Amino acid sequence: MSFLEYRLKTVPTGASKILHVNWALVILLTAVASVGFLMLYSVAGGRMEVWAEPQIKRFVVGVAVMLFVGFVPIWFWRNMAGLAYAGSLLLLLGVEFFGSVGMGAQRWIELGPLRLQPSELSKITLVMLLAAYYDWLDIRKTSHPLWVLIPVILILIPTALVLVQPDLGTALLLMIGGAVVMFCAGVSWYYFGAVAAMLGGAVAAVFSTRGTEWQLLKDYQYRRIDTFLDPSSDPLGAGYHISQAKIALGSGGWAGRGFMQGTQSRLNFLPEKHTDFIFTTLAEEFGFIGAFSLLMLYTLVLAFCIISAIQNKDRFASLVTLGVAATFFFYFAINMLMVMGLAPVVGVPLPLVSYGGSSMLVLLAAFGLVQSAHIHRPR
Amino acid sequence: MRRSARDTDESARKITRRGLFLGGSMAAVVAVLGARMRHMQVDQADEFRLLAEDNRISIRLIPPARGVIYDRNGKLIAGNEQNYRVVISRDDAGNVEDVLNRLSGILPISPEDFDRALKEARRRSPLPIIVSDRLNWDDVSKVAINAPALPGVSPEVGLSRTYPRDIDFAHVVGYVGPVSERDLANLEEPDPLLQTPKFQIGKIGVETWMEDDLRGKAGNRRVEVNAVGRVMRELGRQEGIAGADLRLTIDADVQNYVQARLGTESAAAVVMDVNNGDILSIVSAPSFDPNLFVRGISHKDYNALTENDHTPLANKSVAGAYPPGSTFKMVTALAALEAGVITTAFSVNCPGHYEVGGRKFHCWSRGGHGRVALDRALAESCDVYFYDIAMKVGIDKIAEMGRKLGLGVRHDIPMSAITDGLMPDKNWKQERYKKDWVIGDTVNASIGQGYVLASPLQLAVMTARLATGKAVSPRLIHSIGGVLVPEDPGPEMGLDPQLFAAVRQGMYAVSNSQRGTGYSARIDDKALRMAGKSGTSQVRNISAAERARGVISNADLPWNRRDHALFVGFAPFDAPRYAAAVVVEHGGGGSSVAGPIVRDILLRAMSDGIPPASAYPAAQRNRIDTMHRNLILRDADGKNPESTRA
Repeated sequence: MSFLEYRLKTVPTGASKILHVNWALVILLTAVASVGFLMLYSVAGGRMEVWAEPQIKRFVVGVAVMLFVGFVPIWFWRNMAGLAYAGSLLLLLGVEFFGSVGMGAQRWIELGPLRLQPSELSKITLVMLLAAYYDWLDIRKTSHPLWVLIPVILILIPTALVLVQPDLGTALLLMIGGAVVMFCAGVSWYYFGAVAAMLGGAVAAVFSTRGTEWQLLKDYQYRRIDTFLDPSSDPLGAGYHISQAKIALGSGGWAGRGFMQGTQSRLNFLPEKHTDFIFTTLAEEFGFIGAFSLLMLYTLVLAFCIISAIQNKDRFASLVTLGVAATFFFYFAINMLMVMGLAPVVGVPLPLVSYGGSSMLVLLAAFGLVQSAHIHRPR
Repeated sequence: MRRSARDTDESARKITRRGLFLGGSMAAVVAVLGARMRHMQVDQADEFRLLAEDNRISIRLIPPARGVIYDRNGKLIAGNEQNYRVVISRDDAGNVEDVLNRLSGILPISPEDFDRALKEARRRSPLPIIVSDRLNWDDVSKVAINAPALPGVSPEVGLSRTYPRDIDFAHVVGYVGPVSERDLANLEEPDPLLQTPKFQIGKIGVETWMEDDLRGKAGNRRVEVNAVGRVMRELGRQEGIAGADLRLTIDADVQNYVQARLGTESAAAVVMDVNNGDILSIVSAPSFDPNLFVRGISHKDYNALTENDHTPLANKSVAGAYPPGSTFKMVTALAALEAGVITTAFSVNCPGHYEVGGRKFHCWSRGGHGRVALDRALAESCDVYFYDIAMKVGIDKIAEMGRKLGLGVRHDIPMSAITDGLMPDKNWKQERYKKDWVIGDTVNASIGQGYVLASPLQLAVMTARLATGKAVSPRLIHSIGGVLVPEDPGPEMGLDPQLFAAVRQGMYAVSNSQRGTGYSARIDDKALRMAGKSGTSQVRNISAAERARGVISNADLPWNRRDHALFVGFAPFDAPRYAAAVVVEHGGGGSSVAGPIVRDILLRAMSDGIPPASAYPAAQRNRIDTMHRNLILRDADGKNPESTRA
């Protein structure tokens, strides 16, 4: 459906768009972010200015960006998808050559005051491009091998660029996010079955090449896998983080140890307590009740997105909404699995809660797409 | 692209199906997450709570202050001194090596300390690392001034052992040192305190034998620590119990006098209170500074101590076993008198030698002493008299008397390496050498040669027992933590007092009759007169060739082949108070070398300060006065003028 087909009479225009914003989603996102502010205040030992204040400022900016993106008609974004994708590829290349090195990987570039992680951005532009692709593609060709190969290549290009950074976590998220859009667009189950089988083979290959000259992963990545499989093997070394995270989480109990009373985070036993491991502080200080509430907030965000996507008759809008929801889901699911010791430690933040500007801005911009799809849905 | 309505519906239906499937899968994962959360936070919460507490709470021992050691008059012998040290906390330092490098720019840090600190830092040690110990206030202020450039570095105050009277008590009190693996292995249940870093325990002497009393009980504090072990706050505190203070029977000033009097000789001296066994002074010379060992002695200093032929590390007063020589003659005499084989009037003609079993045994006086009875035999130390009475009484009776008088038995005082000495008899030789005891052995033993060995402590005990007739035992600890160790004059020995009187009379003659061997080392003050006995014990066999050439004077021999000089004595003769024994290794003649020392130290024990000149024979007063003026003694605070000058 092209924009010519919109019955413009029924699509809100001008200031009336404000009434059609999915306010429930905005409130949910604000609630999630507020949990983040609270926890950032707590892990900073009761100080706002360390992490909480900058985070709030970024959130305000992010909400503004979300509403701005939301007010722009969805068909504009669809037409911009190719450009956005190309732009993010350029940024990924740029980060390879001019990026700053942090945590042993080149991940961000400085753009004035903004520290941009192009890998974050590329998750959304990939979703946009794939959605636009399937919107354009004849629905009957969806499962045709040639037309399946094209999106696969579109996924693999940014994935490869992220992988050389090297950022295993984001690369995985990119692939899964792309695959979800393909899946929702209706690509045949067989392809997914085949890919799953190939992945199984790849895992076998990764492990069988270990220690040889052709080993496929970096040593630290192998070690992370080892630690994941048996954290107790190195309680003071590689497994230290994960076992401390589990202790923090478990010791929270039902109701937690109380706000700012978490000994694990306050006494620095927790690593990265304000970024990737912030969930453990929440779980320690507010217990099962707090941790489960956050999980429910996330689930509600997903539910709103999926309902919005299903109700939307526009193919691009639905696919983008589902893709954004999936990306959001994988963020928090992998982060939580990681801190609970069910997944290897990969650098994935807890969305909207972990301290960090670019992932929050990108996510809120992505939710802007969801808003735009919602506001401009065909009626 | 433009789509037909059918396609649009088809697309919407597919997206709905797939979207719902996606939502379902997500819900499944969320369920897993929720279940895992519940499992960890509800089912396993107690377990994790415990682990978190384990993380957070650390129990730190508070080392107790070690008991202080005083002399009998309350003068400090071993104390605890506050010392400053610099510790580094890994947490705050960031790059430990950088900070250490900067620190070594302002403090003298040895390369060993540097490496050790770096190694400890790599070990994720939860405690602050001690970089440098025993710093003075200047160094500490330098660290404080440069604090901004030295993150994680802070000065700390600790207690360390100090021995203000350094060499005087090295052999008695010993010293403390770091706990070694061997120390730990020797204990069944080592006090956890011993494993705290830089903790020190007694290594020798009173410090080690009284360790349990001196150490005290550790207190502890429960502290909350952060991930790198830095203490965030204290949760609870239980004070320890300081170690018990000890008071020794030793008089530090007498000890100082005796140490100075022995000077650089390789010698030992013991002064005992005859009435209760209190050791007033027990000295081994030369000595060493125990403070060196507490701080960790350098190889150079240690080698200097071990290579010295006067063996400063050996505690000769209790560990040295010497042939007692003629100082043993009282034992032989008392054994013969007690057995009834002679009376006090019994006399022997001494032609200068004694023949038995086809062998000829010489008296030290070639020309002989003529007819001698007990008092002259002791006074002039006639060997033949004792050969003769020993043949009459036999070795077993002599050995029995020796043991009664404290020879060949161990006297348990809290000092290290105490020797049993040796009081041989027939059984002993049979067991030890699988050989029969022969007459020659008895002859040799009768004058304290041959197999007989005794330590200066044993000789002092023997002298005290001869002086009182009671089996007094030595006592070194006066009180523990203010509780007096009971005094014990010792049981009666059950011998006829008249026999003791006869022997004492002979000892009196040694120093007071003009022909006595110790006459020149007499005390002239009637109230303080001394009784004693000299001894000169051979450390070599005189070969036939040497005998043919005539007696070689000691001065012509290399030092380590000269005779040991011994003297035992007690005073005052009329009402004995103190007994003393002195051995000067390779000193030459007992009466000329050891005798004057016994006289001087007995006089010192009986006087308040340097003995008055009036106690000495008039002819010797000038010489004695010079000698006393040249002695380097400590002032009232225990400071050595010599060492402060250096």
